[in-house]
Amino acid sequence: MFDYSFHWRAAFKALPDMLAGAWVTFETAALSMVFGVLIALLLTLMRQGKNPALRGFAATWISIARNTPSLFQIYILYFGLGAFGLHVSSWIALLAGITFNNAGYLAENFRGGLKAVPDTQLRAARSLGMSAPQAYRLIVIPQLLRVVFYPLTNQMVWAVLMTSMGVIVGLNDDLTGVTQDYNVKTFRTFEFFALAAALYYLIAKAIVAVARLLAWRLFRY
Amino acid sequence: MFSTSLTWNDLQFLLQGAWVTILLTLASIAIGTLMGVVCGLLRALLPRATLPLAWLLDVFRSVPLLIQFVLFNAFKSIAGLNISAFSVACVVLGIYAAAFCTEIVRSGVLSVPLNLRRASRSLGLSYTQDLRYIVLPMATRVAFPGWLNLVLSVMKDTALVMWIGIVELLRASQTIVTRIQEPLLVLCIAGLIYYVMSLVVARLGARLESRWQEND
Repeated sequence: MFDYSFHWRAAFKALPDMLAGAWVTFETAALSMVFGVLIALLLTLMRQGKNPALRGFAATWISIARNTPSLFQIYILYFGLGAFGLHVSSWIALLAGITFNNAGYLAENFRGGLKAVPDTQLRAARSLGMSAPQAYRLIVIPQLLRVVFYPLTNQMVWAVLMTSMGVIVGLNDDLTGVTQDYNVKTFRTFEFFALAAALYYLIAKAIVAVARLLAWRLFRY
Repeated sequence: MFSTSLTWNDLQFLLQGAWVTILLTLASIAIGTLMGVVCGLLRALLPRATLPLAWLLDVFRSVPLLIQFVLFNAFKSIAGLNISAFSVACVVLGIYAAAFCTEIVRSGVLSVPLNLRRASRSLGLSYTQDLRYIVLPMATRVAFPGWLNLVLSVMKDTALVMWIGIVELLRASQTIVTRIQEPLLVLCIAGLIYYVMSLVVARLGARLESRWQEND
């Protein structure tokens, strides 16, 4: 049945390059998470506000991000922006696409998290003499963070997995891109991609482990 | 400004792609749900013995789907299996869906209070009767929203099968873009089709969910 000899040595020789690619992958995912959280907070605020235009904007963003494939979102940023004469690099398109996607999903998580923080907490903080920003910063956000911490970790893992789509729009220095480069040169598809899969698995597990440690340290009380 | 070289045939081509997307989703969800229900029940009822199963399924959730497609496709050629790219996509997506479905089913089964099951057993129901008449109906209601989310996410993930050469909605739009060079318009139409498809599924699911809740 197996008329094929595996050549793992070639794959292991490429390991240093792939590790460098893994770092790019991780960086991209982390950046997209940072921007994603910021935008998601903004979107949540917009949704809470009274201005109908801002509410509509936030609702549109969230529903598009959640109802279309993330690959489509990357595509439209990469190819679609070209129609306006904006030619972005594939890395920027990937980062923007994942950030867009993250922000949409996280905004929904934050909404759930805000619901979990009782209204009375905010009122109590205000009646203790805190200003609204103070009450949000010192009372609401820390409690919110506890509720959304697990979804945040999950989203971070998702972001790492999503960066693998960069190769479809021609990115060649992240983990999948490097793997694909070697694959094209050597045609040892199975070996290289198996190694990449192992690396992705390790990254995902490392993120979950670090998040557990952090949660243990942060939410001790 | 509003002239376009998009023809009626192109639109039909896109719709054909959408049909492939729907078929893929249905097939992989069917595989995933079947496997997921079995594995989920096993995970919930025998948590210790099936721990290795959990580790195995965890791998499918922690490796990008794109890489799973490529790996399985390469494996197919290595093992000399003579199956189409479409079946490869179905199998990979099916296992991927099963990995998530297992967790959904497991949490659904575990959400049924143990006291309730003890009560049913002391009323004289056998173990299988208890599973069939008490646990199953209650777990289904808890698991259904999660399962619906899974259907939606699998439908979106089918976009990735273009990498192994299946012409689904996104690949079809790409083909048209290459010909008529109007990426924004064509991609917007493709996006609209995706959006409508997920909206329909979500609405149907919400209606079903509310109908179930009437009897509670």
